[in-house]
Formats: sequence, C-alpha cells, structure tokens
Amino acid sequence: MSLHDQTSPSLLPMIKRSVIATIIAFFLFLPTLGLKTTASGGVDGLFLTYRWLLLGIGCGFIFVIRMAYELFWAPKDGDQKPAKTQSALAKTLGSAKIAKSVGPLLLAFAIVFPFLPFSDRYILDLGILIITYVMLGWGLQIVVGLAGLLDLGYVAFYAVGAYSYALLSIHFGFGFWMCLPLAGLLAATWGIVLGFPVLRLRGDYLAIVTLAFGEIIRVILLNWRGFTGGSNGLSSIPRPSFFGLPFNQEPGGFAATFGLEYSSMQRIVFLYFLILALAVFTFFVTARLRRLPIGRAWEALREDEIACRSLGINTVNTKLSAFAIGAMFGGFAGSFFAAKQAFVSPESFNFMESATILAIVVLGGMSSQLGVVFSAIAMVGGVELLRQLQFLKVIFGNDFDPSQLRLLLFGLAMVLMMLWRPRGLVSTRMPTVFLKDKKTVSAAMISQGRG
Amino acid sequence: MNYFIQQLINGLTLGSIYGLIAIGYTMVYGIIGMINFAHGDVFMVGAFVSLITVIVFGITGTTSIALGIGALILVAAISMIIAGIYGWTIERLAYRPLRGSFRLAPLITAIGVSIFLQNFVQATQGARVKPLNAIISGGFTILEGNDFVVRITYMQILIVVLTFLLMSGFTYLISKTPLGRAQRACEQDMKMAMLLGIDVNTTISTTFVIGAALAAVAGLMYLLYYGVIDFYIGFSAGIKAFTAAVLGGVGSLPGAMLGGLVIGLIEVFFAAYFSSEYKDVAAFSMLIVVLIFMPQGLLGRPEIEKV
Repeated sequence: MSLHDQTSPSLLPMIKRSVIATIIAFFLFLPTLGLKTTASGGVDGLFLTYRWLLLGIGCGFIFVIRMAYELFWAPKDGDQKPAKTQSALAKTLGSAKIAKSVGPLLLAFAIVFPFLPFSDRYILDLGILIITYVMLGWGLQIVVGLAGLLDLGYVAFYAVGAYSYALLSIHFGFGFWMCLPLAGLLAATWGIVLGFPVLRLRGDYLAIVTLAFGEIIRVILLNWRGFTGGSNGLSSIPRPSFFGLPFNQEPGGFAATFGLEYSSMQRIVFLYFLILALAVFTFFVTARLRRLPIGRAWEALREDEIACRSLGINTVNTKLSAFAIGAMFGGFAGSFFAAKQAFVSPESFNFMESATILAIVVLGGMSSQLGVVFSAIAMVGGVELLRQLQFLKVIFGNDFDPSQLRLLLFGLAMVLMMLWRPRGLVSTRMPTVFLKDKKTVSAAMISQGRG
Repeated sequence: MNYFIQQLINGLTLGSIYGLIAIGYTMVYGIIGMINFAHGDVFMVGAFVSLITVIVFGITGTTSIALGIGALILVAAISMIIAGIYGWTIERLAYRPLRGSFRLAPLITAIGVSIFLQNFVQATQGARVKPLNAIISGGFTILEGNDFVVRITYMQILIVVLTFLLMSGFTYLISKTPLGRAQRACEQDMKMAMLLGIDVNTTISTTFVIGAALAAVAGLMYLLYYGVIDFYIGFSAGIKAFTAAVLGGVGSLPGAMLGGLVIGLIEVFFAAYFSSEYKDVAAFSMLIVVLIFMPQGLLGRPEIEKV
C-alpha cells in the first residue's frame, strides 16, 4: 500500500473497509432498527412493523461516517504517527496566565448574564442548570480529581441535601438559609458514613461500591413512603425568600418593598444569583483547600497511596475528609435544587445524574476547575440544544420523540469525547506545590496508573 | 418448609441467569482489568433480539414441541451471534483505542456505551414494557404439602440445565483449547503473551464476543422466564451479575456461577421472607459486604499489593 502515490491515497481499500463496517452495522441494526415490536392491544401481545427505510438510512449513515473517517481522520499508511502535541485549547487554558484572566472574565459574564437582552426565562433556567452542574462538578472534583477516589454514587449526597431541605422545611418550617448548612452537614455526615466502609477499596471496586450505595439510597427514598413520599416525592416545598421577603404580589413581597413592578422573573433572577453565589463559594473553598495541607495530602493520595502512607499522612482522615467535603457541596447543591423545584422525587437522583457529573469532571480534565466549567457548558448546554431537534419530526414522523435521542447522543458524546481527549479538555496538571518556579506538567508525561 | 423449597428453586433459576451474565464480567475483568459497564446492556439487547426473533418465527405456546425446540435453538443462535457482534463492536470502538490509557477513561466510555445502548433500544423499540406470552408452560408438582404446593416448571428445568451445559462447555473451552490457553496467558501477563506470539487483540475481542453471547442466552432465558422485558433491565441485572462475579472471585469461572447462584438465592429469599421492595438493597448490600470483608471473593486468588 505504501507503493501508492503519496498524494492520492487509494480509494479501494477505504471503500472496502467502509463496506465491511456497513455490513457489521447492518447486522447490529437489523433487529433493533429494522424491526419494531408494537403492542397490538389484543391478547396475542406483540406484532412487528418493518422499517426497511430506517435500516437503510442507518447503514448509509455508518458508511458515510466510516468513509469520512478514512478520508480525513485515519492515520495514513506510511505516515509517521505524529507525536501527540497538546491542542491549542489545552495550551491556552493550561497556561497559568490565561487561566487567571479567563476565570474572572467568565465570572463577570455570569454576573451580567441575567441582564442581557436575550436572557428570557428559558435561558436563565438553563443557566441555573449549568451552574448547578458546575457546582456539583467542583464538589465531585475534590473526591475524584484531587483525592483520586472514583465515586459513582455522588448523586446520593445531592439527594440527601435535597430531601433534607424538603423535610426540614415542610415539617419544621425552617427557612432556606437555615436548611442550607444543615443539609450540607447531613450530606457530609453521610459522606463519612458511606466513606468509612470503603476505605480499603480503590479503583474500580470503589466505583462499583459507591454506585451500589447510590442505588441503595435511591431505593430507600423510593420505598420509605411514610417519610419520603415514595415515588410521588415531596411537593409544595417552600420557596426561598429574599431575606424574608417572599417573591409574590402581596404588599410585603419583594417587588412591593422595593417599589418594583411584580414579575415572576424576579424569583428566577434571584435563584440564578443564589446558585452563582453558592458556586463561587464552592470555587473559592476548593481553590483554598488545595493549598492547605489537606489539599496536598489529597493530591499525594491520588498519586501514590503507599508512598503517601509511608510519609506519615493519615490516609483514613484524608480520604474521609475528601468524601465529607465533596458530599457537603453536593448537599448544598441538592438543597438549592429542592428550593428551586419546590418538588423532589427519587427520579431526579438516578444513576444518570451521577454519570453526568462524573463525565463533567473527567471531561474537564480531572483537576482543572476551569475545565469543569467548560465541560458542564458542553455537556448540559449541548444536551439541552438537542431538545431543539423538533425538526427531525418532519423526517421521522410525528411519533418520533427527539428527547429520547437526546440521551442517546449524550452517551455517544461521552464515548467520542473520551476517545478524542482521554484526559479531558484541559489536560494539564498544575502542581500546587512547586520549587522556585511553576512548571506545567503535560498530561502525556503523567503516568497516573491507579484510578 | 414447602415454601422454602419453592423459593430455593426460584432462587436457583434466577441465580443461573445472573451466573451467565457474570461470566462476561469476570472474563473481561480478568483479562483487561476493567468493569465492562455496558455488559448489562448487552444482556438487554440480547433479550430484545430474542424477543424480535421469536416474533419473526411466530413461536407461540401452541407450536408443536419438536418445532418449538428447534426454533428456540435457532433464536438462541441468532441472538448469540448478534449480541456477539455488539460485544465485538463495543470493544473495537470504545475500549481498544483507550487500552493503555489511564484507568478511568475506559470506565467512562463504558458508561457512555451503556447510556447509548439503553437509549438506542428505547428510541427504536419504544419505552413501554414488552410482554410475551409464555412459550414453555407447564411443570411438575414435586411436593404436595398441607398448605403449599411446590412446583417446578419446565422453563426452570430448561434454564438450570442449559446453564449447566453452557458452563461445562465454557470451562472446557478455557481449560483445554488453544483459545483458552491464550486467554489465560493474556490474563496473567499481557506483554509477555504478546512477546510469545499470542494475538492479544483477537483474544480480547473473542473474550468480549463470548461474554456477549452468553449474556444473550441469559437474555433469552430472562425473556422466556419472566415474559416481560424493557430497555432498563440491563442496569440492575448488570450490577447484580457484577456482584456475583466479585462474590465468586474475579477471573474465576466456577466462582462466577457460584456467585450468581448465591446472589439469586439472596434476592429471592429476601423478597420472600422480608420485603420484595428492598430486594435490590439486599443484593447491593451483599456486594458492599463482600468487597469490604472478602475482596478476593469465594474462589478467587488474593491480590498481592506490590510497590
């Protein structure tokens, strides 16, 4: 094959490989895409509908993708595999100077965001959602990115926070600001309770146990009807007020007190700034924690647990503190979630949420705080964009629901982004402790073996 | 007492299904040291392919026995092949490019594949549960007590026998054939195996295909036994099967089977005597207890930590 002229790569083998890929795709799609089981409603159960056109479209799609891959991305025969260089994005975001200016710029943008002309209710809701995930990402980053403990059940702490606020405010009439620290405290306690048994585990085993914990908490929330409302959840949770001023049309409300005209947007904007403040608080606490001995102990633990122990670091306390503090921020975010929705149910805390948060942290580059912001925007915002896929209804008919495709593409994006940048968008690691001058360690040079 | 025996039979049946899925986990974990998170969803795809093939062939409970058995074998073969292709494709596209990358990367893609498969099946087949009328019905009454009749259905016998046959065949494959030797070699030391001329990529691919094919059989049995499937069955079945693999000792085939039976029994007995709503909690708690107190599992080798 190397005999061929360099300038014109031979098409024949490419087409051959693409055809093979298409044949494989045909078998993959034949039962799932080509045939559909539909309930007939009668006693005979199911009957089949044939969708040859859809099957054809699917296979054609695979052929085109594979051809495009062959033509544009595949390493050509005879080429030297190019040494992996850092992408421009990683370089830009990785260098300390630019990172220092990007952060404040983003914050400034976030502050003026609600007052921009295009910010309607939908956009603001999306902004709140993204910032919630940024905050959750920063919380989980302490556990996964800094301490290197892979946690697949993080959503449990989010749930603990949300239910704490819901139950405390419904039964005891506590306000949001009173519940917030309590929810954080409860979540942190749960972090320690769940963290204690798994101290000896690491890597994949730790991941699966935390996943099991997350599921156990969800199953309990689902079935303990007297306490949590079961699958119906808890509704009519009091909404947070502006330091005692409720957002309503009453004379004592927020609008009347400040002499403004009442608008439902005021509450949304308030919620937006609330979560922004919580997220910024999370950012500063985690950024400071990294420079404290505890943060350094976390990073040491991530790099090598045995060496860490030999140097006299108490690994038990280090791990538990990572779990507790990570869980605490999850609890704060959960408490905010309950306050915003005024409704919680176990369905909001399924494994998909944990996977999303973990994906945000990993795609963000594990230990880059800025990376979390970008990947949260990409994952949550990108997925939200897919909601706008209504035009596909024209192609596939009216019973086609684009929101199903949303999660499908989310899974696909997770795989593709991982293949594209296994170490995340911002894959440089800035050592917090350094001698004389700060050197950026490129991801390619780090041999992080243990998960 | 009779109630107890009935639950024992039910538990063994369920455990056989878990055991078959667990083999896929234990093999893959043994050979490349990753949790193939998408394995539960391959099981789910296998169940769907079986369902569709059953309907294509028009097998119902009234089909004559000889014809029915022949058709079911064909169904099993087809869903094994298609699930095998799924397993191969997943490994080729999502895991192989990341081999040698850091530990978390393949786990994240595995979760991505799992989400993709669930939603792919949901989007193409619909979110509703798919009922299937019983194809193999009837059974024996084995014990007739004063208040409770113990029955064992033909389906339960089929599941246990088929699992036993597949397990024996598979154990033979691993212990006696060149493929099994290559697999064990890769498991022990992949680099050395490569140096000695073993095609590591093919071996790993084969492992995935075999695991997926066994999961497809489990899917078919699940479909026939419960008569109802949906796109979400892979998640909890996957975690329970993984628990079974860990309980039995990762890398050990008899261990996977034993673990599957234990998990099946725990789940069924917990549901029978305590609470069926919390049976998942029992199974998951079991996973936690095992990992904390017996991380090497029942039949596994203890892992020695080297610096």
